[in-house]
Amino acid sequence: MVKRTGAQILVESLLKENVEVVFGLPGGQALPMFDAIHGSELNFILVRHEQAASHMADGYARSTGKPGIFIVTSGPGATNIVTGLCNAYMDSVPLVGISGQVATSVIGQDAFQEADITGITRPVTKHNFLVKDVNDLAKTLKEAFYIATTGRPGPVLVDIPVDVQRASCEFVYPDKVDIRSYKPNYNGHPIQIKKAAEVINKSERPVFHIGAGIVASNAENEIFEISKKCNIPVTNTLLAIGAYPLDTNLSLGMLGMYGTFCANKVVQAADVVISVGARFNDRCTGEVCEFAKNAKKIHIDIDPTSISKVVDADIPVVGDAKMVLKEMAVFMDNKDRKDWLKAIDAWRTEHPLCYNKNDGKLHPQYVVEKISELTRGEAIVVTEVGQHQMWSAQYYKAKNSRLFLSSGGLGTMGFGYPAGIGAKFGNPDKEVIVVAGDGSFQMNMQEMAVAVLNDIDVKVVILNNQYLGNVRQWQEMFYGKRYSHTCLAKRKKCPKWCNSPKRDTCPVYVPDFLKWAQSYGALGIRVTEKNDVEPALKEMLRTKNSVVLDVWTEIEENVFPMVPVGASLDNIITRMNG
Amino acid sequence: MRHTISVLVENKFGVLARISTLFAARGFNIDSLAVGETENPAISSMTIVVKGDDRILEQITKQLNKLIDVIKVNEFNDIEHVERGICLIRIGLNKSNRNEVMNMIEIFRSKIIDVSQSSVIVEVSGSEDKINDFVGKVVPYGIKEMCRTGVIALHRGQSVIEGK
Repeated sequence: MVKRTGAQILVESLLKENVEVVFGLPGGQALPMFDAIHGSELNFILVRHEQAASHMADGYARSTGKPGIFIVTSGPGATNIVTGLCNAYMDSVPLVGISGQVATSVIGQDAFQEADITGITRPVTKHNFLVKDVNDLAKTLKEAFYIATTGRPGPVLVDIPVDVQRASCEFVYPDKVDIRSYKPNYNGHPIQIKKAAEVINKSERPVFHIGAGIVASNAENEIFEISKKCNIPVTNTLLAIGAYPLDTNLSLGMLGMYGTFCANKVVQAADVVISVGARFNDRCTGEVCEFAKNAKKIHIDIDPTSISKVVDADIPVVGDAKMVLKEMAVFMDNKDRKDWLKAIDAWRTEHPLCYNKNDGKLHPQYVVEKISELTRGEAIVVTEVGQHQMWSAQYYKAKNSRLFLSSGGLGTMGFGYPAGIGAKFGNPDKEVIVVAGDGSFQMNMQEMAVAVLNDIDVKVVILNNQYLGNVRQWQEMFYGKRYSHTCLAKRKKCPKWCNSPKRDTCPVYVPDFLKWAQSYGALGIRVTEKNDVEPALKEMLRTKNSVVLDVWTEIEENVFPMVPVGASLDNIITRMNG
Repeated sequence: MRHTISVLVENKFGVLARISTLFAARGFNIDSLAVGETENPAISSMTIVVKGDDRILEQITKQLNKLIDVIKVNEFNDIEHVERGICLIRIGLNKSNRNEVMNMIEIFRSKIIDVSQSSVIVEVSGSEDKINDFVGKVVPYGIKEMCRTGVIALHRGQSVIEGK
């Protein structure tokens, strides 16, 4: 048999895994790998910052359901992807990351560009490997893909020392994986499933609470069917936006801190909460001991550690969402639950999502509403993190799952733009729109080079309020309007205590996002009036190139409804001072 | 409450670090930890003693199981089992305490493993309680130095914790 170097084994293994695209950046201890990539069929995309490579792989994975791949060098290249790994780990996104490492003979000697990256990333990966022998490489890569994509998905890092990349051995890519200590369980326990169904059958006021697990297991149809059959309303987490259609009377929208009034009311009034593929993050539950106090909790999750970690489950079911829901449906009774649905309709109309539509001002919510309208909810909308993220979550009516991508658990500013580029690589025929804040966008906007050079027409809509708006909102509401270091326009000459920003009197905003876009050969458009929003969005959508649409919105707009940190979901604030 | 957990793991580098990272990251406290190879050199056995309520124990067990290199997790508390640890203590000797120290060593069925003019090294093995008891008893005589292992444990009777 022909011998292959470790670097060649890596490239051929990736091709065997049908990897469509790899994001990354070379470096000294990755040279053999990049030499093997050169001239191979592997579609490699050179990024401008390694963090962005990990987010691109993440956006690719979230939008396609396939694992996202990146390759970086040792030391700083590897430490730059820690945020991306942690972000993917929190949101259960399958990634396989490859890092170069200094030669095995000098590991531990503080060699140039050495970092103990397996040590550093241990708490933020599902698993990681340091490959010390080229004979183990193919098997390790196979295991990495298997671990990343099975059970509860997550990121896996494979660290490959440069001498292992150079060393050679016979290459056989294994067909099968057998890890004695890792056997994910997909089948829910039949007795638990039956018990859960019985409790739901007896309940008057049940509600489904669905999370990313529904998307990961492709259980969108199952949850739709079961909720219809039994007339059980459905609320979703941020990561399950689009997994349940919005145009039914059973749809409640998002739950939690910035969720709908209706969803929060329903959960608090429910007698049974059936959580599927969600992990009761504090942004969803509010004050935990007040969360759905009178409800029995049924928790269906593939990860046993999610169960009773935050909220005690009365009936835990460990298993794959799709399989468990399918089996549970058999035992569930048709019920009309008229009174319950009537009460829900009343909550829905009592406080629908709203903002001032009649004052002629350019409110950020309006921009998202228009994006939703013009794309019919069929575009992939990727957000950064902050107020714009919550407005997007509230007002973008995604038609399907995998059409709204957002950093949930980690809340990573700088995620959105590279993730949008990654999503476009995975979905060249879909419109990809990144809704960004002017703060977040500045964290990874250097990746515009990648978009432009690869003819990736990702559209960026900046909801520009010249503030780190989410923090500013909290400073306004809970810190006496002391705007400490949240103004992005503030200059040295500005008064220290300024908390009354005005576009016309404030210093000129930098950067000029239009010139920025132009310097990359992209189109920049600025909108400052409400009436110009729709034409600008239309122009943006017509353009087959990268576009930055810089929308100067109301500066001190706040996200409502809102449940303050530590408060019960009952204490939802629907608007300022009220 | 005190819990003794047995963890069978792949005998690879970094596994101990994974376990200790997990405890640190989740805010669980380790009372003691003992690690060693089993009869199968590919598998190591860890005995971990932790304190916490049932809820914490449940999370610890599940989180340990979630680690890829962990083969099996077993909690001993509800099952009859034996636990043993070892403690080495250097006790200062002088004319006035020599006899009493020797008596104490005899009563606890511990062993003298090194003797010098002014001190003895005593090896005492047994349950955590027995060792604590012995240590408490010899404190008045002057402990010059001591070190002890975490406990190790096995089921009584025939039941066996197997790594598949």
